[in-house]
Amino acid sequence: MKFTNEQMERYSRNIILNEVGVKGQIKLLESKVLIVGTGGLGAPAALYLAAAGVGTIGLVDADAVDLSNLQRQIIHSTTKVGKPKVASGREAINDLNPDVNVVTYQEWVSSANITDIIKDEDYDFIIDGTDNFPAKFLINDACVLLHKPFSHAGIIKFFGQTMTYVPGQGPCYRCVFLNPPPPNTVPTCKEAGVLGVMGGIIGTVQATEAVKYLLGIGELLTGRLLVFDALEMEFRTVTLASRKNCVVCGENPTLKDLIDYEQRACEL
Amino acid sequence: MIVKVNGNEVVLEKAISLKELLVVQQVRTPEYVTVQLNNEFISAGSFEDTLIKDGDEIEFLYFMGGGQAL
Repeated sequence: MKFTNEQMERYSRNIILNEVGVKGQIKLLESKVLIVGTGGLGAPAALYLAAAGVGTIGLVDADAVDLSNLQRQIIHSTTKVGKPKVASGREAINDLNPDVNVVTYQEWVSSANITDIIKDEDYDFIIDGTDNFPAKFLINDACVLLHKPFSHAGIIKFFGQTMTYVPGQGPCYRCVFLNPPPPNTVPTCKEAGVLGVMGGIIGTVQATEAVKYLLGIGELLTGRLLVFDALEMEFRTVTLASRKNCVVCGENPTLKDLIDYEQRACEL
Repeated sequence: MIVKVNGNEVVLEKAISLKELLVVQQVRTPEYVTVQLNNEFISAGSFEDTLIKDGDEIEFLYFMGGGQAL
């Protein structure tokens, strides 16, 4: 692969880094990242990955842009209200960087489609930008079963947390949280509110993890949960224990089929 | 005795169980919190029988959603 002059200029701040270089930039351009949810977390993650020159970005979202999304979902804009989010996201990404091949999936993820979506482009890394626990457990289980690395994250009010799963290198999301909480027991952002920048900070950490994984540099958040408190302005990393009897990634896994947990009616 | 809860030092007057610690720390949804004691998961069924010792490090890990409904 050869860079054009324009690409040399566009990616010059990446390429000048010893840890990236021309080789790393080519790796990024040949990489494929799937982003599930183009909301508070997925929006900034998608923009930074596009800017960095990740060559293929998949966007999954069945929703349309709503005015109440724009307080935090910075990939969308006022003129896009009412448009499918994946179409709005593709336009924003290609405005930023026409090098990126954007693949859109205008659907909600479920046990019926997530495997096909991940296999569609044989994505290298998956970003969980969803807001609900059925989807988070579904993404976890699908990635574990397909041996795919992914970044989990959640945000609410002034708080956020994120961890990275890489097959064989530490606990999965289910090791930590076992099962989704029953519907209506844990508040959503729509009910509890969320400061717009929370998605920006945590979603950007997710993009950072994706880039590090693709380049094979640094220490990932595997076996660690990064917990962010914006009011205290404090980041903590909690070392996570391993769970040998995890039903999906443990020594004798029993979960072989994906589960569609009960989804609460929610239109965040 | 002094223990650490989510990185913060907490002074306890007497030995208490994990279940009591959840109350003292005002954890609002104790049935949905993941607990690590000295870097080991403790199952919810053992909260009552697990006594906190001086120097223990406890992490309460909470469910967090956010992002976009899917």
